[in-house]
Amino acid sequence: MRGLLTHSETMKKELGIFLLLVVLCAVVSIKEPLFLSATNLQNTARLIGAYGIFSIGVGVIIITGGIDLSIGSMMALLGVLLSMMLTGSHWTGPLAVLVTLGVAMSLGMLHGTLITRMKIQPFIVTLCGLLFYRGLARFIANDETKGFGNAAGFEKLQSLATGRMLGVPSPFIILIAVSLVMWLVLHRSVFGRYLFAVGRNEDAARYSGINTKAIITAAYVIGGLLTGVSAILIAFYTNSISPSSHGNFYELYGIAAAVLGGCSLRGGEGSVIGILLGTALLQVLQNLVNLLGIDPSLNFAVMGAVILLGVMADQVLKNRTAKSALSKT
Amino acid sequence: MAIPLLEMRGIGKRFPGVVALDGVDFHINPGEVVALLGENGAGKSTLMKILGGLYQPDAGTVSVNGSPATIHTVNDSIGLGIGFIHQELNVLDNLDVAANVFLGREPVLAGAFKPLKLIDRRKMNADAEVHLRRLGLDVAPDTLLSRLSIAQQQLVEIAKALSLNARLLIMDEPTSSLTLTETSRLLDVVKDLRSQGVSVIYISHRLGEVLEIADRAVVLRDGRNAGTLNREEITHERMVQLMVGRELQHHYVAPEHEARANFFEVRDLETERYPGRKISFALGSGEILGFAGLVGAGRSEMAQALFGVDGKLGGKLFLDKQELNVQSSAQAIGHGIFLVPEDRRQTGLIVESTIRENVSLPALQRYKVRGLINRERESQATEAVTKRLNVKTNSIETLVKNLSGGNQQKVVLAKWLQLDPKVMIFDEPTRGIDVGAKAEIYDLLRGLAASGVGVIVISSDMEEILGLSDRLAVMHEGRITGILDRHNCTEENVMRLAVGGER
Repeated sequence: MRGLLTHSETMKKELGIFLLLVVLCAVVSIKEPLFLSATNLQNTARLIGAYGIFSIGVGVIIITGGIDLSIGSMMALLGVLLSMMLTGSHWTGPLAVLVTLGVAMSLGMLHGTLITRMKIQPFIVTLCGLLFYRGLARFIANDETKGFGNAAGFEKLQSLATGRMLGVPSPFIILIAVSLVMWLVLHRSVFGRYLFAVGRNEDAARYSGINTKAIITAAYVIGGLLTGVSAILIAFYTNSISPSSHGNFYELYGIAAAVLGGCSLRGGEGSVIGILLGTALLQVLQNLVNLLGIDPSLNFAVMGAVILLGVMADQVLKNRTAKSALSKT
Repeated sequence: MAIPLLEMRGIGKRFPGVVALDGVDFHINPGEVVALLGENGAGKSTLMKILGGLYQPDAGTVSVNGSPATIHTVNDSIGLGIGFIHQELNVLDNLDVAANVFLGREPVLAGAFKPLKLIDRRKMNADAEVHLRRLGLDVAPDTLLSRLSIAQQQLVEIAKALSLNARLLIMDEPTSSLTLTETSRLLDVVKDLRSQGVSVIYISHRLGEVLEIADRAVVLRDGRNAGTLNREEITHERMVQLMVGRELQHHYVAPEHEARANFFEVRDLETERYPGRKISFALGSGEILGFAGLVGAGRSEMAQALFGVDGKLGGKLFLDKQELNVQSSAQAIGHGIFLVPEDRRQTGLIVESTIRENVSLPALQRYKVRGLINRERESQATEAVTKRLNVKTNSIETLVKNLSGGNQQKVVLAKWLQLDPKVMIFDEPTRGIDVGAKAEIYDLLRGLAASGVGVIVISSDMEEILGLSDRLAVMHEGRITGILDRHNCTEENVMRLAVGGER
């Protein structure tokens, strides 16, 4: 009985994208059996792990009705910082990680504060972040590519990004852990309920006694934290952080995954499972372009087309249900 | 007998599963004001939407001036001289008055510039002026709509209809967002239009207005004609009886118990809207204190300041002699002070969410077990309170947007009644709610007071506020100009204080 309307609608959406994912995987594996090879699956899973974590962060922000455009630049800034702390200043791994996550959360806090206290639109705040952090990253790195060499002294840390447990890439395992926690937070906790309430109707939430500013700011802090986690994994994974291009477009991957997974840019809608499926779909699509020998320059075109088709299909279904609901009254 | 301006005969309209209209007859003569009455869902809107070209009837005929008319589109309707003033205004507030009146029909400069279709501002302003004057609206045609009050914007919309040569105006709840004086001004406009030969179909839940202006009242019930009352037959009792098919208690009922005085006290409250103006009053437990006044008198701002959602510049609140600190709605709620806000759909409810999600929102902390929400407790509590308030729905998982206005308001009430209210503030509690549900809300309100809650009611519906209040405070421009005891609660006293006169 519970959640008859809203929740079953979300589930329908999740099921739809899940089916799309399955069909896509089936088609690719028939055309190119290499898709199912251990190496390819592991690689794809590793990327899903790294991208999925920050995509959930973007999703949380989108649920409040906001947006975060600064993620890619933030990732470059955090990657450069991490590299400089570890290889330049020879800080210990845990300390460097804590500082990186601390910076990431502070930036989220800054965004949230500017949005809720100064009442600047999220698009503008994070657009300025996108420009500012990119410039800052290039400046502090002297515009030089940074890396971790052979990671002497922090091999364990590196293995979080490049290692495996029981054959499963560590980033994927981290993603599963993050997803479990975030699922509870979003779909079972009081905070999660407040988050959706604020996203659907901030005024009504405020009139129900919710501190809406704190909730929205917290969403940006969570977004920052998850971006920080991803940033560390991706920095180690690439082991080469070119401050002018590292993380370019990543915010758009996150937004695309969230939207594909059922988040509405108007706020108040979305689910962790949907975002996970959205991320997986995007990664499989990229994999498909590689494996099927499609011209790699078409990569973005394929992605854009699939997202558009997905959203169109969703809209057609929505209009149809709206019509049938109308005819019932 | 003269030929009616408009005649509808045997109108039928069915939607899948519902018969909205079943053989409804309706006519209106030139220069006549006909009130169209009925509860929500009685078929008033459907009938009017047929006239407006939005729906096609399944059965029946429409004739205008004696000749059959077909209305397939909105433009057909306009072409027949029908102007529809919707409850939600259709104006563009980023444009000026003249541009709104002539939207889509802007006069174009003649001569060499003609192919460029440049707007002839001078002619447009002059033409607009004529229609504005006819309505007694004293604003320049180049005033931006956003600078006008709701009442003035409504007159602009009427001017637009008149500029389209409307002979028949349909007004759907035109006074629901107007103040008392604005309402009486609008009623004067309607009378004026009548004397100029314009016919008006007037839809309203406010029977006092109908009593004042209607030449005839046509009542629908369940999609059928329930009866017609001629001028001399129109009384409150007759209208209500025809609408609901039974008698309803609408008059003031004195409380059975003596109120405990000074239960809730407000001292020198100052709102951001009216800095420097201070509001002080005391409310007894079990008392219903009404607040009357014009829209913009600062009543809603006062309510929002008491509830902690709107910044207050100063003032002290006392509950049972204890001073309260209320800087946010969370603190107000913690003290048992709750607000049922004026704009139900924007601030009272999250209409895209379920009844359960709405009702439990302020009480979620109570259903928390180890940091997570216990769904079972949440659902049980919601079931209990919605049943107690008689919310009509199949399931608490129904989306609030699918409920009627009256049931939506009960959901707002349910949010607060499950917590333990000490002071309840109602801002326009029955706006847009039909007669039957209104009576239920009144009973709930009186029941709350009887249980010892201090009740504050803000209303612009004169009949409602006079019928509910044990005492009545009247506000004018951020000040309380007088507090009337039960025995001098009269319409005249309220109006005098509402426009700023001293007692």
